[in-house]
Amino acid sequence: MIEVPTPGQPAAAGSQSSQQAPAVYVAGLRKSYGDVTALNSVELAVAAGEFFTLLGPSGSGKTTLLRLIAGFERPDAGTIELTGADVTGTPPHARDVNTVFQDYALFPHMTVAENIEYGLRVKRVPKQERNQQVAQALEMVRLPGLGGRKPSQLSGGQRQRVALARAIVNRPQVLLLDEPLGALDLKLRQEMQLELLRVQREVGITFIYVTHDQEEALTMSDRIAVMSNGGIEQIGTPVEVYEHPRTPFVAGFIGVSNLIERDGDQITVRPEKITLLTGHDQAPPGTHVEGGQVTDVIYVGVLTRYVVALDAGGELVVSRQNADDSGATVTKGNQVRVAWRAAQAFTIPR
Amino acid sequence: MTNSVSNERWLRVRSALWKRPWARATLLLSPPLAWFLLVYIASLLVLLITAFWQVNPFTSNIERIWSLGNLQTIFTTPAYLSIIGKTVGMAAAVTVTDAVVAVPFAYFMARIAAPRTRTALFVAILLPLWASYLAKVYSWLLIFTNNGFLDWTLGLVGIGKSNLIYTNAAVFIVFCYLWLPYMIIPVYSAFERVPASLIEASQDLGGRTWRTTRRVLLPLALPGIVAGSIFTFSLTLGDYITPLLVGGTSANFMGNVIYTNIGIANNVPFAAAMALVPIVIMGIYLLGARALGAFEAI
Repeated sequence: MIEVPTPGQPAAAGSQSSQQAPAVYVAGLRKSYGDVTALNSVELAVAAGEFFTLLGPSGSGKTTLLRLIAGFERPDAGTIELTGADVTGTPPHARDVNTVFQDYALFPHMTVAENIEYGLRVKRVPKQERNQQVAQALEMVRLPGLGGRKPSQLSGGQRQRVALARAIVNRPQVLLLDEPLGALDLKLRQEMQLELLRVQREVGITFIYVTHDQEEALTMSDRIAVMSNGGIEQIGTPVEVYEHPRTPFVAGFIGVSNLIERDGDQITVRPEKITLLTGHDQAPPGTHVEGGQVTDVIYVGVLTRYVVALDAGGELVVSRQNADDSGATVTKGNQVRVAWRAAQAFTIPR
Repeated sequence: MTNSVSNERWLRVRSALWKRPWARATLLLSPPLAWFLLVYIASLLVLLITAFWQVNPFTSNIERIWSLGNLQTIFTTPAYLSIIGKTVGMAAAVTVTDAVVAVPFAYFMARIAAPRTRTALFVAILLPLWASYLAKVYSWLLIFTNNGFLDWTLGLVGIGKSNLIYTNAAVFIVFCYLWLPYMIIPVYSAFERVPASLIEASQDLGGRTWRTTRRVLLPLALPGIVAGSIFTFSLTLGDYITPLLVGGTSANFMGNVIYTNIGIANNVPFAAAMALVPIVIMGIYLLGARALGAFEAI
């Protein structure tokens, strides 16, 4: 498990020396637009080489946080550090970070190669070296030989790859990705998720990834910061935020919201951890059993979800694999029992 | 019975049209197209034909004999060549000046100004377009004239007289003023269409203000600038009233040559031949503009 780095006690991520400052450290970061508070006193430390995800619904402040790190917005208060150096007052062109934009932001009047070499030209890299690096970058994103095309001649997925190549060719300390896969269809998105992970491991650059897709966040990240209403609800590994949500918001946003109240405590149980019992089914030993009525049955291919209204109050979603048809069919209105082991139920701290 | 037959007939006509989109388009477009052909193309053709006729120097009657004499006169008389050169030079100078003024102005409007400021600027640009052309030129006459507004103001600060009236400089200033809105509007819309993320991407990749302007903003605004230049260039090329009013006798542009040949000299064929010159120049200009993508920006 990756340690949560805290300022003064930097994390030991991968082979990096434990003396190294976090790749990105922000503290007391605040930003509002008029009356709307986009970001409210956020503190965050991202270790070098980490794949770090900012996860939250729209309006949660994740994109604002990313834009503040890139330098496109100026914070109202707080500091931003890149590997220990304060960059709060530094303009974007002088920060050693690069961004993959949601709309890719490829320059339409330049070819793919000209787009990719833009950052290298700024740094006055000689032409021959530039050509070589562009070719390498195209190779890395699996678009060799497409350097002469215009962005308008590429498909959405190809443009996405060019945007990625244009950013990583500069070898920034940190790569910021603003919902880079949002415009792609599901299958292409899943493919690109794996591609992004591969590229990140190859180049070893710290990635800060913004998404509202919880599945994407769980699949790709080393750590996730779940955001809502301009603040960070919880930071942790995918397993931590999924299995041990610290707030009702996290429990609801990641996975299915399965919150019930028992003895004044809010309890959450993941749908796949609950066993559905019908008729004279024996409850597995050591489980907590409650009775209820099925109010809805939702078939989703690999599994079926049952919404159960509990006799003791509250509602739980139970999911059951459609592995075989040995289990009795349960339909709407059936009286059932649900069972879970106490260890699987998680009490949300007040 | 007859009703259903006629219904069926109508249905057949409709489906025939539905199956042939070009037929529907022809039906829709033929009235305006006929008007366009009659008014614009036909009059241009008449102009073209007239240019190859002559005027009898003794009777002043038009002789319908084909000849290249008029064009030959234009291209062999140094005075006419210098007028053509001067007119094109004036049009180019006005275009460049308006572009230089319009680019930062349009950039400010499209990207920096708050919505209310933007609206105010829009009104300021469009308002003069609703005023009469003559009123605008006459007001400049009042500004430039001897002991006019400009001289009065200069006198207040102790500079003396401007002596601008009836000079080419006065013509140039009035042209720049008159056609500036035609440049600002297309440049503004070109700037407005550049996504903010492209500018951010340039900054993100290390580009400072100058590089971002030169490599990203200006190339993307270029079609708008060229579109605006079509207006400023062609309007200057054909105008004869401004030179007449503020340029006085020294102002001799192509439009003035055409004007005097239609009026005082009563040599319509020569005027027609002279009118072909700006048309041909604009034709070449438009071909160049199309190559630069200006027509997507209008």
